Amino acid sequence: MDAALAVARPIEIEARGLCYTRGTRVIMEGLSCVFPRGRISVLAGPSGSGKTTLLRMIACLIQPDRGAIRIDGEADVAQMGAAALRAFRRRVGMLFQGGALLDSMSVFDNVALPLREHSELGEAQIRGEVHRVFEAVGLEAVDDLLPGQLSGGMVKRAGLARALIEKPDLLLCDEPFSGLDPPTVRRIEELLQHVNESVGATMLITSHHTQSTLRIADHLVLLQDGAAISGATGELLREDPRVAEFFVEPPLRERANCAP
Amino acid sequence: MSPAASLRALGAGSLAVVRNLGRFTVFSLGLLVAGGRPPWRGRRLLREIYDSGVLSLVIVCISGVAVGAVLGLQGHNTLVRFGAEENLGAVVGLALIRELGPVLTSLLVAGRAGSAMAAEIASMKVTEQLDGLRMMSVDPLDFVGAPKATAMILSMPLLATLFTLFGIFGGYLVGVVVLGGDAGSYLSTLQDAVRFSDDVAGGLIKGLVFGVLVALIAAYRGFTAQPSSAGVSAAATSTVVIASVATLVSDYFITALWGY
Repeated sequence: MDAALAVARPIEIEARGLCYTRGTRVIMEGLSCVFPRGRISVLAGPSGSGKTTLLRMIACLIQPDRGAIRIDGEADVAQMGAAALRAFRRRVGMLFQGGALLDSMSVFDNVALPLREHSELGEAQIRGEVHRVFEAVGLEAVDDLLPGQLSGGMVKRAGLARALIEKPDLLLCDEPFSGLDPPTVRRIEELLQHVNESVGATMLITSHHTQSTLRIADHLVLLQDGAAISGATGELLREDPRVAEFFVEPPLRERANCAP
Repeated sequence: MSPAASLRALGAGSLAVVRNLGRFTVFSLGLLVAGGRPPWRGRRLLREIYDSGVLSLVIVCISGVAVGAVLGLQGHNTLVRFGAEENLGAVVGLALIRELGPVLTSLLVAGRAGSAMAAEIASMKVTEQLDGLRMMSVDPLDFVGAPKATAMILSMPLLATLFTLFGIFGGYLVGVVVLGGDAGSYLSTLQDAVRFSDDVAGGLIKGLVFGVLVALIAAYRGFTAQPSSAGVSAAATSTVVIASVATLVSDYFITALWGY
């Protein structure tokens, strides 16, 4: 196991009967699904199907109109008090689509921030931890750079480093492959798989990058028409025509020996 | 519009105003509490004092000299009619210390630092930086809002004092150097007329109150901005408008209550 990323008590998440309406548009209507402990789950679906919304509900950044999100079969995140929510979020790392790095602080300070806020570590130890995580995500010589001076792929990796610095039990990644060139997409995929293998944390990834999803997902959740179709990736692709229809291009479908 | 519909619209508008005032009050109390308790973010506070205070120095000093010079010119032309031009120092000094120093400084700071503060916080909201902080269990109000507000509250009375001093210097330049008035009279009437407990303390209190108002309004508009580029610009614009009106209205009440 990677020493920099040593873990962790992976979390299981269960969404039950989620309803969410924005204005007059119904985004979720009784959506239920489970994200299994320690697995890479990919949330897929057409644009506007509620992937990011569900991720933000799990992070308790927005509240569902109805329904519950249970952590390890117990607490509902929407009902948590301030202290319980802080404690829950300490167990969660989140990679935002645009990185969400604080643009007035250097990359090093961004990644060191959670440790400076929550740990008793001295500056030398924090420096060591940050550099170990930088190494794990493949970043070097970025300490003094501002986020605005990084490329898109480096921003994602810096965001991932910040999400990993406190050794999370649950890693939420919002569109980690969007806006990246194919080699960088591949690197990020490998990095996420490496993190999952090293850390064993439960990972939830939203993506409409079909190939990446099929390569890395152990568990697939397809959001369609306000509801979810979920299961093990290979099984779903073989057995559910709606999933095959969504993911597999016609020439590939035969090759994958899927239902039409 | 029927009378019933007009009445309904009036009622809805009134309720919206009361609701907004309530939200602003709750937000302000939260921000003041966050600023008044540890952790003390010294480095961030210093940086914010530089942004809102030091970077406002040039416009405050130049405006101070200009306003003082105009007061010197107008005051001299008026006082000459009554043969009382030796009182120019008292007129310029009292006008600046009691009213123009704090009020004009507040308007200038609202336009420069207040709008920048609202726009920066709103832009952090758009780019999910505030959500990023929440996911690290760091309260954005405590980490972003409190240092900015505290810096502005501390800077405003100091900037108002500088405005006043440069204004007195501007009045001296015009009244004594340009128009040939007596330097001794200018300074001695100023010294005789100005009392610390009434005039200087009143001016400092105004500066402090205006600092609190501008800081709270800018932070509130930033944190409650719509997450879009139009929301960022609306936050900046409304901060200038609301803070300017709040400064002028509260100036009347402070003046009345202070017993001038």
